[in-house]
Amino acid sequence: MNPLPKGGPAKPWYAGSVRPRVAIYVGLLLLLFLIPVYAAATGDAFALTLFTRVVILAMAALSLNLIMGFGGMVSFGHAAYLGIGGYAVGILAKEGIGSGFVQWPVAVAASAFYALVVGALSLRTRGVYFIMITLAFAQMIYYVAIGLDRYGGDDGLTIYHRSQFGNLVNLSNKTLFYYLCLVLLLASIYLVWRIVNSRFGMVIQGARSNERRMSAIGFPTFRYRLVCFVIAGAMCGLAGALLANHTNFISPATMHWTRSGDLIVMAVLGGMQAMFGPLIGALTYLLLEEGLSRVTEFPNLILGPVLLLVAISFRGGIDDLIGGVRRG
Amino acid sequence: MLYFIEQCLNGIQLGMLLFMLAAGLTLIFGIMDLVNLAHGSLYMLGAYFAATFAQWTDSFVFGAILALATTAIVGMALEVVAIRRLYGRSHLDHVLGTFGLLLFFNELVRLIWGPAGLTLSLPSEMLNAVQILPGLFYPLYRLVIIAVTLVVALLLYFIIMRTRLGMLIRAGASNREMVGALGINIKLLYTLVFGLGAALAGLAGLMQAPILTVQIGMGENILIAAFVVVTIGGIGSIRGAFVASLLVGLADTIGRTFAPDLLHAFLSESASSSLGRALSSMMIYVVMALVLIVRPEGLFPATSK
Repeated sequence: MNPLPKGGPAKPWYAGSVRPRVAIYVGLLLLLFLIPVYAAATGDAFALTLFTRVVILAMAALSLNLIMGFGGMVSFGHAAYLGIGGYAVGILAKEGIGSGFVQWPVAVAASAFYALVVGALSLRTRGVYFIMITLAFAQMIYYVAIGLDRYGGDDGLTIYHRSQFGNLVNLSNKTLFYYLCLVLLLASIYLVWRIVNSRFGMVIQGARSNERRMSAIGFPTFRYRLVCFVIAGAMCGLAGALLANHTNFISPATMHWTRSGDLIVMAVLGGMQAMFGPLIGALTYLLLEEGLSRVTEFPNLILGPVLLLVAISFRGGIDDLIGGVRRG
Repeated sequence: MLYFIEQCLNGIQLGMLLFMLAAGLTLIFGIMDLVNLAHGSLYMLGAYFAATFAQWTDSFVFGAILALATTAIVGMALEVVAIRRLYGRSHLDHVLGTFGLLLFFNELVRLIWGPAGLTLSLPSEMLNAVQILPGLFYPLYRLVIIAVTLVVALLLYFIIMRTRLGMLIRAGASNREMVGALGINIKLLYTLVFGLGAALAGLAGLMQAPILTVQIGMGENILIAAFVVVTIGGIGSIRGAFVASLLVGLADTIGRTFAPDLLHAFLSESASSSLGRALSSMMIYVVMALVLIVRPEGLFPATSK
């Protein structure tokens, strides 16, 4: 343990060490890998369904955190990508194109394109205006989906067959699908980690803390931010494709603004400066929601005040409670 | 032409209701720098209180007055218990905290009033339509809404521009530390402003209640519309909120009425009706995006922070 600076505040025993956090995260990942084993052993199929949802939404929250936590761009319309990814799968499936090799790239590309347009127009604004304009675009997409009469309109669209990947992988196998989602989530976390620690990521984080200074030293911050925004959109589009495959259903409700609020809650709850924050946040939020609705008929009566307390009390999210040092 | 005038009146009525919500939001934002997602919940509470009290007292007017007072009290209590602790925090913390409040209030209403909606019926004399132009009959109650909201808007203008309280509110918006340093009880001022915002939201809710059903989540979509108004108008600007609410109210109503017919000129019946529905719901967001692209700080940016 490093000697403390004189007169500094007393630090907990683990200060200066990352070990407790690493241990906790490794344990958490092990648990996630063992969920299908648990489900098979106890016959609790619902656990598998619940955790598949956790993993998929963690991926969505992770992509939001890339722009919000590291880039300082608070997007209040992130659920739109879940919807776009989901509708890409649903619409192609309905039109007879069942191959995942087509569906998933289309989901990612459509989300990336939407992010490009929205980002190019929204990144001119700052602060609350940015929050509001991203919300406005998400609302537009929400109403577009309601207007899609051929694809179910307000009632949504049932997806009768999950994406087909030939002999490669059969998504109808729930255990396999869970592992696929988990691997994709871990790959995304690795990707975000690489991005954040690259030169590109440094520029993005620099623009968060002082954009004027970044542009003064010669970085075209608008372009950097836009690229970051598009990467996040594409990643969330993939999560949307997974979510549609998971529920076999897609409807405008996926894109309701309160769903965007849920994603923000997950990212903030877990800790925005932490790589595993969105996963912890999604896990906590969804398990809390599920657990409370089992013990009481009015879960949000408790969940709501919990969120308020989190907003008031811990600025670093749950990751901060775990302790250890934090970069930056 | 008469139909067009009628739709314009509907648009103005919607706009004025939005103004009631937006004025509170923009005041709370301008003065306390707080993004309040729970504002729609106060709108919902206003409607539920009015429906309940009108039933108890057997009078629409008494019910409305009681509901207004109760909503203001709930708002002030909310500020003292919870909102106060969010001042000076990041907007993200506001979103998280007030999103939690929104969930809480929806659930609380379900606990108290049950999942089914309520109805608030108007006194019989309000149900009539009056002839405002030769051949144009318009529901009296909608005219009353426009009149009441106009009076409230004027009153608000008077309070803010011509009274000592208003002077403090404006001073608080431009430099809150200074106002506190000059010995003004800034905490009390914030509580009062929040209560005023709550009362305005409650007023909007209870006036809208007889037209729509009183139900859980009724505040959610209109909250977003009110945010659109606040953003278009320029956050913190009451004048901007007024202009923007009329703009949004008219754009929404006229879009809804005429977009399907307009599209019908180019498209088949079913395509134009579904596309028209989608387009008209999107209209206000399109207006907002256009305004922000041209003027990133809204139409009337509030001067120096």
